[in-house]
Amino acid sequence: MDREFIKTKVTPWESVEIARHKDRSTGKYYIETIFKDFIEFHGDRSFGDDKAVIGGIAALDDISVTVVAITKGSNTSENIERNFGMPNPEGYRKALRLMKQAEKFKRPVICFIDTPGAFPGLGAEERGQGQAIANNLFELSRLKTPIISVLTGEGGSGGALALAVADKVYMLEHSIYSILSPEGFASILWKDGSRAKEAAKVMKITAQDLKDFNIIDNIIKEPRGGAHKNPAKTAEEIKKILLDSLKELRVKDLNTLVEDRYNKFRKVGSYNL
Amino acid sequence: MSLKDLFIKKQKYATIKSSVIKKIAEEKPNIPSGMWKKCDKCNTMIYSEDLEISKYVCTTCGYHFRLNAKQRINIFLDKNTFKELWKELKTTNPLKFEGYEEKLKSEKTTSTEAVVTGIGQLKGITVACAFMDSFFMMGSMGTVVGEKITRLIEYATENKLPVIIFTASGGARMQEGIFSLMQMAKVSAALAKHDEAGFLYITILTDPTTGGVTASFAMEGDIILSEPNALIGFAGRRVIKNTIKEELPDDFQTAEFLLPKGFVDAIVERKNMRACIYRILILHGVKNNG
Repeated sequence: MDREFIKTKVTPWESVEIARHKDRSTGKYYIETIFKDFIEFHGDRSFGDDKAVIGGIAALDDISVTVVAITKGSNTSENIERNFGMPNPEGYRKALRLMKQAEKFKRPVICFIDTPGAFPGLGAEERGQGQAIANNLFELSRLKTPIISVLTGEGGSGGALALAVADKVYMLEHSIYSILSPEGFASILWKDGSRAKEAAKVMKITAQDLKDFNIIDNIIKEPRGGAHKNPAKTAEEIKKILLDSLKELRVKDLNTLVEDRYNKFRKVGSYNL
Repeated sequence: MSLKDLFIKKQKYATIKSSVIKKIAEEKPNIPSGMWKKCDKCNTMIYSEDLEISKYVCTTCGYHFRLNAKQRINIFLDKNTFKELWKELKTTNPLKFEGYEEKLKSEKTTSTEAVVTGIGQLKGITVACAFMDSFFMMGSMGTVVGEKITRLIEYATENKLPVIIFTASGGARMQEGIFSLMQMAKVSAALAKHDEAGFLYITILTDPTTGGVTASFAMEGDIILSEPNALIGFAGRRVIKNTIKEELPDDFQTAEFLLPKGFVDAIVERKNMRACIYRILILHGVKNNG
């Protein structure tokens, strides 16, 4: 085994900190590193262009794909420009527009997700944040082309799920995926936002937890100390798993693909008769 | 009369025997509890029977009281036609969240979960319907809510029925974490299939419809109706205020705010809801098969 990938044991809260690390690679970095000939396409054709979401077409080795990423910035000014990775409704609508385009031209869709959540703003509500996310869930569930989603940092609530109704959902080893931020969870349930560390543990938000729950398909290993210690190596690992998955998904009959996707989400639950 | 009788010591106070006191204390005043209800909006006291006749709408200001699932069913469907399905589903507390089971048991409403699902009739038309109950853990969506609604939609697709959902929810059930989140995808996928099969889905947004329910099946209706003054939104008002540090309009996130923004087809008063939906069903060629 590559020494670089010797597993580092971390607590759930440390995972949160690694997932939010300021040097953690952005979706933009992964797009530029993993794919060739990326051409960015802007706008939702209705309201505007949301910089928290990047999308376009590119080549993954010799396969044409559509790539969409919810991305933070790599420095403060870019973070402000990208609204710290919190999309507005037009971001989700742009993502869906590009995915529908992918369906038409029979391109697989690759999504990268790193968001604290959908932006809670006045304009976002006026323009239907809830409706935009709902529509993505609805349409992605029956999109007739392979979809692969990779959670690279934070996977915050419905704002992340809107790009993660996919045939394969992967998480980087130290990314997190949750119903709400640990701070928000602690403040709602215990009326004390400072108990976030405890919440991170109780909520079960690490890649390993989600793999154990069968909610994600697999974990992508990170270099020792976290992805930011060796971004190129992380990108390589992601590329490997994308190529493997596409090999499997692209030969599937499209109706079977969509039916399998349905069943994948259909079975998530925990109840007794 | 002797002289002595003139100077008899009179008792200053009238005395009542202790047994009588006890008896009076035991007799409760003859006013049944809950006979009057105060309107949350205009504070008018309304006689309970009047409130029932008005379908729990304030007779003074038109405020629509929140309803539990049972009241909603009684008002909306034909009398005694509702057959509840999947009532027995119970959560298994997937995160082993401390105190969650006790919390579920302590909920005091007629519903066994935050949604009641089943089949009923509206003026003789058979419909598959779900009634969310905000009195049960704020109508929050956990795996049982998601599963019941998904089964209802699948049943409707199989039996070629329209689906009608009354939403009322504070959002996701925090105690079930990521499992709650995934219900949004599950229900949406089931609705997409119902849609693909060409059947009608109507949502009626009631106070309050927020969070993960807004960001999934509440906003996926072919037709989206709302009760007047219902709170409808994705993020919480306080969260938004703290994020953008601006004052928000008074009517922010109400049905009346969303209608001109284009997210609600129509605001329908409770007293007209049955007739309105019946008309929609008829105009969609849904047959009276009762």
